[in-house]
Amino acid sequence: MALHIICCVKQVPDPETPASQFRVDEAAKKVIPAPGIAPVPSQFDTIGVEAALRIRDALGDVKISVVSMGPDSFRDAIKHCLAMGADDGYLINDPALHEADHWVTAQVLAAAIQKLAPFDLVITGRQAVDWDMGVVGPTLAELLGIPCVTIAKDVKVQDGKVVVERVLLDGFETVEAPLPAVVTVSNELGEPRYPQLRQIMMAARKQVTVWTAADLGLNPAQLQNRVNVEALYIPETKVETEFIEGDTVEEKVDRLLQRLREAKLI
Amino acid sequence: MANDILVFGELTEEGRLAPITFELLGAARRLAPALGGRVLCAILGAGLDGHSQEAIAQGADVVLLADDPALQEYQGDAYVPVLERLVREKGPAVVLLGQTIIGRDLAPRLAARLGTAVAMDSVEVEVQDGRVLVTRPCYGGNARARYSFNTSPVIATLRAKSQEPLERDDSRQGEVERVAVNVDAAGVRTRVLGRVKQKAEGVRLEDARVVVSGGRGLGGPEGFQQLEELAELLGGAVGASRAACDLGWYPVSAQVGLTGKVVTPDLYIAVGISGASQHMAGISQVKNIVAINKDPEANIFKASRWAVVADWKEVLPVLIKKVRELKEAEARR
Ligand SMILES: Cc1cc2nc3c(=O)[nH]c(=O)nc-3n(C[C@H](O)[C@H](O)[C@H](O)COP(=O)(O)OP(=O)(O)OC[C@H]3O[C@@H](n4cnc5c(N)ncnc54)[C@H](O)[C@@H]3O)c2cc1C
Ligand SMILES: Nc1ncnc2c1ncn2[C@@H]1O[C@H](COP(=O)(O)O)[C@@H](O)[C@H]1O
Repeated sequence: MALHIICCVKQVPDPETPASQFRVDEAAKKVIPAPGIAPVPSQFDTIGVEAALRIRDALGDVKISVVSMGPDSFRDAIKHCLAMGADDGYLINDPALHEADHWVTAQVLAAAIQKLAPFDLVITGRQAVDWDMGVVGPTLAELLGIPCVTIAKDVKVQDGKVVVERVLLDGFETVEAPLPAVVTVSNELGEPRYPQLRQIMMAARKQVTVWTAADLGLNPAQLQNRVNVEALYIPETKVETEFIEGDTVEEKVDRLLQRLREAKLI
Repeated sequence: MANDILVFGELTEEGRLAPITFELLGAARRLAPALGGRVLCAILGAGLDGHSQEAIAQGADVVLLADDPALQEYQGDAYVPVLERLVREKGPAVVLLGQTIIGRDLAPRLAARLGTAVAMDSVEVEVQDGRVLVTRPCYGGNARARYSFNTSPVIATLRAKSQEPLERDDSRQGEVERVAVNVDAAGVRTRVLGRVKQKAEGVRLEDARVVVSGGRGLGGPEGFQQLEELAELLGGAVGASRAACDLGWYPVSAQVGLTGKVVTPDLYIAVGISGASQHMAGISQVKNIVAINKDPEANIFKASRWAVVADWKEVLPVLIKKVRELKEAEARR
């Protein structure tokens, strides 16, 4: 029987936006999109799709579904993953969920994953690169009552088990878990493949299934956020920078070393 | 009790209390008066003798020891239920864990089981008007968000080095409670098949007083040899940007930043690193940054105390030579 992998994918403001163009609306507690910089699929999430594709490359008979919760614009992230090679896309788009915190997000994604059952593996990013929280993956595992392996650099499926190389501080460990399981992936897994033009065109024609909370049997009024963002701001950096002058490299280095010795740093 | 703060006492691989535990205890101690509660420290592991006194000396009022061979090494499936039961029994207002390999795995799962929320990778916990507020960097370090919570307990992981530990005080008194552990072996679904450790030579990056880091601007792995030379002369360690690690120029274990290590040397020398917010997230507590970059507009300069606008290929050989001369002169004295 085919293996079914579900990848959770979020769309985020481009994290490579230069710091000088990064703005927040402190009153609305939201990030203001930088003009001319398009949002992107969250980097670790496309790495998750890459992990799923590698499993398919190895095993052949693998179906990959992409699930995203967010506004209609999140379609672009789903399409990108379809162009990478995923089979089906699902968008949970419900205005009642647009302010969802991580807890509510996990509840909704868990319901969507259950609707897509049977499934063997759920892959999420180690953290979404907007709020950098890193809770939805493990929370999904708890809600679904299945094992969880976090921060993977390699994911393989063998004999009904997932075998994961998990990143440690100074190395890695190999962990095995029975399926179904949740795995969160990290950049050490490697670069996600980039879709070819032909794949992008094919993905453009694919349907994305759209669900509301009600379609998942959820009542948004009962999904209460657990946290409130009280403030969002850009922290100040108070550093006075001295540009080390000098006509030659020797002079510059001498001056730098003089400063470092004055500050008793060397 | 409902005003207590429970700290997850993490151990090092050698089985000692980890520095992060002392930092968490320091944070908990500072928070305790505002909440009017005690500081509990839960330590899970095997063969935990001696840890209690140290935890008390570092700020704990009560040490909860869950000592069982099944807890010898961290396994989420074993640790989560033990900690869940402890939290339910003790009913603290706040649970603090470290943003470590373990904390990243444990905290969200604990929160999910308790049906409460968790703020990861936080740098500040405070009480205002009786409410617990947690501040954490987000958007790759570009922004900070402050959260309040609708459910109890509040769970937060704290970033390494974001909190000051207390001065160790061996005259402090506290209670020690041994808690029964019943790890259900069948509930542990994951199995560790093996571990591969990259042997770290010399000074550990996290402990180094001087860190010399290289980025994509080095143009290849060769440049790192010069960084190693400089680091050795300065008694420091070598770090790297993610770009350099992703390119395979230097081991991932040396990555500094949001998804790498947090370092707090007295001196950080960044060579050919642009200073993306995600990199800066790993050095946000460092006061003395020297940046060597050929682009005068590089973001790294904004956070640097000393900026050298130059090609590293010209600067480093001279810098290494002069530092060596200095060190040799010192040695002769
Ligand atoms: C979710 C997420 C997490 C991330 N986590 C991390 C992390 O933990 N750590 C991290 O470092 N990055 C992280 N990044 C990546 C980060 O955004 C940057 O891409 C990365 O830090 C850039 O590395 P760099 O500065 O080495 O390379 P670049 O940005 O390419 O900068 C190279 C610099 O070298 C300079 N240069 C070039 N040639 C020379 C020369 N001959 N002499 C002197 N200077 C020269 C250039 O002027 C430039 O400033 C993360 C990104 C994301 C999206
Ligand atoms: N709105 C969402 N839609 C789909 N997946 C999500 C969403 N939010 C979070 N995730 C997944 O959960 C991971 C961790 O997110 P977070 O806990 O928000 O940092 C992400 O990398 C995604 O894989």
